[in-house]
Order: sequence, then structure tokens, then C-alpha cells
Amino acid sequence: MEAVEHSPNTPLEYQTETGRLNILGFWIFLGAEIALFSTLFATYLVLVGRTADGPGPAELFEISGVLIETFLLLTSSFTCGLAIHYMRNHSLKGVFVWIGITLALGLGFLGFEIYEFVHYIHEGAALTTSAYWSAFFVLVGTHGAHVTLGIGWIILILIQLKQRGLTPDTSRKVFISSLYWHFLDVVWIFIFTAVYLYGMVM
Amino acid sequence: MRLDEFFVTGDPLIYGADVSIALTLIGAIFALTYFKKWKWLWSEWLTTVDHKKLGIMYIIAAVLMLFRGGVDAMLMRAQLTVPDAGFLDAKHYNEIFTTHGTIMIIFMAMPFLIGLINVVVPLQIGARDVAYPFLNAVSFWTFFMGAMLFNISFVIGGSPSAGWTSYVPLAGLELSPGVGQNYYLLGLQIAGIGTLLTGINFLVTILKMRVPSMKLMQMPIFTWSSLITMVIIIFAFPVLTVALALMTFDRLFGSHFFTMMDGGMPMLWANLFWIWGHPEVYIVILPAFGMFSEIISTFARKTIFGYKAMVYSMVIIAGLSFLVWVHHFFTMGAGGAVNSFFSITTMLIAVPTGVKIFNWLFTLYKGRIRFTTAMLWALAFIPNFVIGGVTGVMLAMAAADYQYHNTYFLVAHFHYVLISGTVYACFAGLYFWYPKMFNHRLNERLGKWSFWIFVAGFNLCFFPMYFLGLAGMPRRVYTYGVADGWMSMNVLATFGGLLMGIGFLILVYNIYYSFRYSPRETTGDPWDARTLEWSTPAPVPHYNFAHLPEAKGHDAFWIMKEEIKQGKKPEKKPYKPIHMPSYSGVPVVMSVFFFIAGFGMVFSWNWMSILGLIGVLATMVIRSFDYDKGFYVSVEEIEEHEKTT
Amino acid sequence: MASNNEQTNSHSHFPWSHVVGFGLSIVLTLLALWIGFYSGFSLTTIMVIVVGLALVQATIQLLMFMHITESEDSTVQVGTILYAVFIAVAVVAGTIWVMSFGMHYM
Ligand code: HEM
Ligand SMILES: [Cu+2]
Repeated sequence: MEAVEHSPNTPLEYQTETGRLNILGFWIFLGAEIALFSTLFATYLVLVGRTADGPGPAELFEISGVLIETFLLLTSSFTCGLAIHYMRNHSLKGVFVWIGITLALGLGFLGFEIYEFVHYIHEGAALTTSAYWSAFFVLVGTHGAHVTLGIGWIILILIQLKQRGLTPDTSRKVFISSLYWHFLDVVWIFIFTAVYLYGMVM
Repeated sequence: MRLDEFFVTGDPLIYGADVSIALTLIGAIFALTYFKKWKWLWSEWLTTVDHKKLGIMYIIAAVLMLFRGGVDAMLMRAQLTVPDAGFLDAKHYNEIFTTHGTIMIIFMAMPFLIGLINVVVPLQIGARDVAYPFLNAVSFWTFFMGAMLFNISFVIGGSPSAGWTSYVPLAGLELSPGVGQNYYLLGLQIAGIGTLLTGINFLVTILKMRVPSMKLMQMPIFTWSSLITMVIIIFAFPVLTVALALMTFDRLFGSHFFTMMDGGMPMLWANLFWIWGHPEVYIVILPAFGMFSEIISTFARKTIFGYKAMVYSMVIIAGLSFLVWVHHFFTMGAGGAVNSFFSITTMLIAVPTGVKIFNWLFTLYKGRIRFTTAMLWALAFIPNFVIGGVTGVMLAMAAADYQYHNTYFLVAHFHYVLISGTVYACFAGLYFWYPKMFNHRLNERLGKWSFWIFVAGFNLCFFPMYFLGLAGMPRRVYTYGVADGWMSMNVLATFGGLLMGIGFLILVYNIYYSFRYSPRETTGDPWDARTLEWSTPAPVPHYNFAHLPEAKGHDAFWIMKEEIKQGKKPEKKPYKPIHMPSYSGVPVVMSVFFFIAGFGMVFSWNWMSILGLIGVLATMVIRSFDYDKGFYVSVEEIEEHEKTT
Repeated sequence: MASNNEQTNSHSHFPWSHVVGFGLSIVLTLLALWIGFYSGFSLTTIMVIVVGLALVQATIQLLMFMHITESEDSTVQVGTILYAVFIAVAVVAGTIWVMSFGMHYM
């Protein structure tokens, strides 16, 4: 299983059979996640406009907050990519620095999102207000929950990196979590487009 | 909450169930203690990551669920035999058809097939285990705990009663205020996690763990059918996950996805449910197709006819199965264009299915057929499934469906495809692969008795239902009047149902009988079969293959045997140590926490759900820090094994 | 494996593809914003364009950040994502189409 058959250029995370299998499996998991989020998007888009007596999105969405969230997440995706770049240059320090920045940006994103949610609830738009807001909170909230889980997971991996340094195992974990993180940015692009932009332009 | 609200009370049937559950539990605990088997249970089974053992556990659980679902069915038939019967009241009847449908599809058909896939597929592709053995155990245990959660509903808190399709508003909070519907939502949710993981696991296993010499187009058809099934699982189950979660939010947290008020859309539930639901019916039929292909080819002593056509038709089915879901609610009135589109795609999907039927027939043509029990099931499948398929095409015509929808015609259709497809396949596969799992065959004479009785009973039970449907009998009614004129056919159906029950009991007896009296296997190839799983010795060592076999075609083992007949000597190669994964107790513990969390949510006991979820997370963290690398089976141990077999 | 992609061999090079990808993502986001608010197109046109832009940006992430094509299993990886996109389109477009009848009753 752990047979080593690779060129010296092969990144650590691809060097073991387990590494290759897990990375492939994770891509397939991301395929399933796409199906999951598309169901949420479908639900959201069908329920757009069904605001009952509550406020509509155009009344509450604010472009500045959304843009800040977008750029925080976008930048974190970039820094996460840099972390992998440094990992492939065998720079443990680089990995720590850039993942640290990624996590900070992720936390910032979460902070703004929580603030945004609380704000909406104050304005009378909660999960229970109408079908529209149910769909909004569950779609955007599922993404937020993914980000939260991702942060927790990456912290666990950082601890293991600290304990073990860059090995095929730890690099595999870092790499897979980076795929997850980029994927969350991809989902956000669609939330930005189909929820916020659409909601404000409508 | 008062205790008599917590436990379901007031029904003698349920008291009976309480007593029998308690007795079984006590009996099991007593036996395990008396024979000092606790440690064995834990270290050999509960912590196993061996795909063969997990497969066996899946199958045992599925047979138990078949029993439970079968009892439900018998109760329904008893109530419907004569008009105005008073055996079950409306509420009780609703609960029973709900648990029957849910259990049969989610907790019987799928696990039975996944169990057989677990046992067979790694062996068929010459692998020593699956890609992710640990996750495989998580899959089994989440399925099992989900099933248990669903099943305890009838003694604790009350069963769901809105049908396995759980349409809102009936399944909503106003019309189903009890906890029963919560059991449905959480039981399926937890089991669904396991199914998704199985999908990823076996997809990667089939793609990456084959012996290097086996090309994609040399995989046995059963492996191909499993591959396609896994693809469907991976993309269909997340839809179910979301649909269930949204209804859970509606019921527990007051959201408005499917409610009648505040902008909710009840029919959106039906839409999401069937986006998963139709692919689901292909999830349970494709592995069945695969098994029949293996069995027919083995006992016709011919290679499968039209291998490529078989593969491509399954690929097409996988794509189309996501484009037909609206045929389940033509009567919603989505409009002419929508109904026509989905009507056409539905009819299209019958084409690849038909191609497969012809391939089986041509495989049989001029074969030297051996009528074993497994083969009999496969032979009975073909005509019976055609009946189900043809009536499916009748239902696919949107305009005509307004007449058939929600009548016994529909009930007859899906039982014809599900029983003569999936259930026959489970039985056929059980007879066929039983010697691989348990090292002895099932008795053929008993097997044939059970086959004939079951098949006769099945047709007697469900064929009249087509006519009941045409005569206007709606599905899901708990009784009817004398004037309706439906009695004679209902009597026939009940009689058929009884025969099916007897057939099943004979099968169960056969398991006991064969355990006692069947001669043990010596060769590992009792059927003179064709694919690689039969090249392993009996019993199969835990590492499966001492040497990785070589595949030169999709009948790889047959080719090997031919070569030996032509005088090729198997060369003696030295053994090498084999790497195997370690057992782990984490999956079962994690799943117990899932159960706790689910149970807490069913009753909205937040402390309990939070406790359960913390437990789940904690086990995940433990797993994350676990750097166990497995172990090596030494050459001495391999030699020891290979000598005895 | 690993021979077909400069990412994998990019020891100590400047991470150009990341920087370019990042730049493009920012540009695409701002472009979408501009089209949404200032272009004056009809809602349908706007949505078609911005969804298109989102798809482009997702592709950039997949290729330049996630290196979907770099491993020996890239065919399977790309195939999975393409199939997932097919499912996503079927689910989203299909659901909207099927459920749109509801609009008449609002
Ligand atoms: C030849 C291909 C098939 C066609 C054209 C077909 C067509 C249909 C149609 C149109 C319906 C909806 C009827 C209604 O509700 O009025 C239906 C229901 C159903 N079909 Fe099929 N079907 C086919 C094969 C299968 C297979 C292979 C299975 C499963 C193994 C299956 C299982 C079911 C089930 C479970 C239902 C009813 C679910 C419910 O409402 O509770 N069908 N089929
Ligand atoms: Cu269907």
C-alpha cells in the first residue's frame, strides 16, 4: 500500500498510494457537494419572491458588506493556494504563515456573515419569516457552516503539522483541506451571483 | 413528557412486539455472556474493516429488515382481504404502509445489494480490500444505526404515517404532530451518510484497486453495474440529504420551505424527493441487473452476450435516470411541455433496459443451462420484470397516468420491478455467493421449494393488483366497501402474500438447515464459474489473494481455467508480505453518537442532540490524529493459510 | 505522473498562476458587479452574463488554484466535476422549470 514509486519531483501528497486515493476520493466528494449545493440553489431560486409579509432581499442586502465578504473569501482562497505552493517548496514556515493568513481571512468572513445575519434578523427577516428567508438562511448558512467546519479542521491539521512536520501524510491532509477551502470559494461565487447580485438587481 | 406518551401504548400488537424485542435482547445478551463471546463480537465483528465481514453484516441486517417489512406487509394484506375489516384502524394502517415502504427500499433493498457488493466486488477485481476500509465500516454502522433509529419508532414515540414518500402537508407539523415523522427524517439522514460514503468508496475502489492487468472493459458486468450504481448514489443522495434537512427545519425550527403558509411550496418537496427518488430506483435495480448477468452467464456456460451493449446501456441509464423524475407527479399539473418532456425521457429509459433483456435472452440461447436455484431466480426474473417494465411504460404516458396514478395499478408496477428485479436478485445472489461467504452451499432442494412457492405467491399477489387498479381501487386506503367489488381479487392477493411469506420462511430455514447439514466447500469454485472471486480458496483468507491474479478478459477466471486445461502450469511464485488495514472501534462508536444525536432531535431534546454531535465530532478528531498504518501479513502466515486450503 | 504540469515542478518559482488567477477573479467579480448595476441590460441578459462570468471564475479556481488536471487521475477528477455540473444544471434548471407553474398562483 505504501509503495513508493515516484519521481523526486512528485509532491509529497502524491507519493503514497493512500495520498493518491484520498485526493481522488475527495474530488469525488466535492462532486457530491456540488449536487448538494445545487439542490439548495434550486430551492432558493424557486422560493425567490415568496416573502409573505416579510421584507424582500432588495430592502436588506447591502453591497458593501457583501463585497467585503467576497473579497475576504477570495483572498483567502488565494493565500491558501500560496500555502500549497510553499508546501511544494518544502517550506514549513511558508505553510504556517499562509495558512495562518487564510484562517484569519476565513474568520473575518465568518464574522461579517454573522453580523449580516444578526442584522437581518433585527430587521425582521429570520428563518421563520417566510419561505424566501428560510431558503436564504439555509443556503448561505450551509456555506457558512462549511467554512466553520473547515476552519476547525484546518486547525487540527496545523497541530499535526507542528507535531510531525511535512510528511506525505500531513501534506496530503493540507492539500485536501486546501481543495475544500477553494471549493467553498467556488460556492461563494455562485452565492454572490445568484443570491446577492440577483437579489439587488431584481 | 409522560412515560405513556414516550412508549407507544394501548395496542396488543405493539405490546407483543415490545415483549418479543425484550426477549430477543435478553436472549442475545445471555447467549453472548454464557458462551463468553463478547470479546469475540467486539474484536471480530464490531471493529472489523474487512469488506467480507461488513458485507455479511449488511446482509444479516437486510434479512432482518426484510422480515420486519414482511410482517408489515402481512398485516396490511390481512386488513385488506375482506371489505370493511376491523383488524387495523386507519391510523395504524397508515403507519404500517409507511414503515413497510421505507424499510423495504432504504433498509432492506439497498443494504442487501450493498452487502453483496461488499463481499463480491473487491474479489471480482482482484483487490485485497476497498480503497477506504475505515470509511467502509463507518458506512455500515451509520446505515445500521439509522435503521435502528427508524425501527424503534414503533415502540417509542410512534411510527411515521405519511407514506415512504412523506408528501407535505400530510407530513408537516400540523397534520403529523407526533415524533414519528422526525424518526423518518433522522433515520434516513443518518443512513444516508453511510450510503454516500459507500458510493465514493466503491467508485474509487473499482477505478483504482483493480489488479493492474484488468482494463475497464474487462471488468465483470456486476462490477460495472456497481460502478454505475455508485455514480448514481454520489449524485442522488446529496439531494435527499438536503430534502430531508429542509423538512427537518420546517418541523423543528419553524422554517417555511414546504408549509402551506408564508410562501412555502408543498410540491417542492415532491420535486426534490423524486429528483433523488427516481435515481434511487435505479440504484436498487442496476446491481440486480449485474448479478443476473453473472448468474445467467455462469449457468448458461457462455460468456455474456453483448458485453459492450450491456455496459453502454447502463451508462445511458445513469445519465437518463436524473432526467425523468417528474413522471412521479404528472398529476401535479406542471403543464403540457413539462409533462411531455418527462414522458418522453421516461419512455427513452425503457430502451436501454430492453437492450439488456435481449442480451440475457441471447446469452441463454444455445447455452447448456443448469437449473440451479440461483439460475431459477434469474430465469423467473426475465418475464416478471418485463411485465413490470411494460406497465411502467404505460404509466409513463402522462395523459394515461392521470388514470393509473395512485391506484393499485401503480402498486402492481413497482412491486413487479422491485420484487422480481431487486428481491429476486438478492435471493439469487445469496444462493450464488453463499459458499463464498459461509463456505457451504444452501440446500438446493429447499431452495427450489422456496423459489417456486415464492414466485407463484408473488404473481398471485401482485398480478391481480393491476386489475384492482384498473377497477379504481386507490392505493393507501385502509379498507373498502362490499359494493366496490374488489374483494375476490384482494383475497387472491392475500393468498399470494401468504405464499411469499412461506417461501421466505423456507429460505430462512434453509439457512439453518444448510449450516447444520451442508457439506463444507473444498475448492472455492462450486459452480464452475467465470469471474475472479471464484479463484479464491475456501474459506477466503482475510487478505483475499496470496498472489494477485491476472485478468485477461471479463471472464478472467474462466480463461485461467481454460489455460490450465490446455496444459499451462501455474507457476510457483514466492509470497510477499501483504499490507492490511487495522481494525478500529471508532466507526461503531461514532455511529452510536449519531444515533444519540438523532434520538435527541426526534424528541427535540437539545441537550441530547448536542451531546451526540459533540461525540460525533470527538470521534472524528480522534480519527484525524490516528496515524495507524495497518500491518503486514507475514510470509509464514500466508504459507500457513495457503497450505490448509 | 507529475510530468504534465508546471505547478508540481514549480520549486521555488514565483507562483504566477496563483497571482494571475487571483487577479482574474477580482476583475471578474467587479465586472459582474458593474454589469449588474450600471450596464442597463435587462434582468435576463444580466443574469445570463453574470452566471457565465461565475462559471468562468469557477473554472479559474479549479484550474489555477486547485490544479484539477495535475494528478494521474485527472481524467476521473475532471469527469466527476463535469458530471456534477450536468447534475447541477438538471437539478437547478429542471426544478425552476417544473415548479414555475406555481408562479401563476402567487
Ligand atoms: C421500464 C422502466 C420503467 C418505467 C418506464 C417506469 C415508470 C414509472 C412511472 C411513470 C411511475 C409513476 C406512476 C405514478 O405515480 O402514477 C413509476 C412509479 C414507480 N416505479 Fe417505475 N418505471 C420503470 C422501472 C422501474 C424500476 C426498475 C423500478 C425499481 C426497481 C421502479 C420503481 C418504481 C416505484 C417504487 C414507483 C412508485 C413510487 C411511489 O409512488 O411510491 N420503476 N414508474
Ligand atoms: Cu421513477
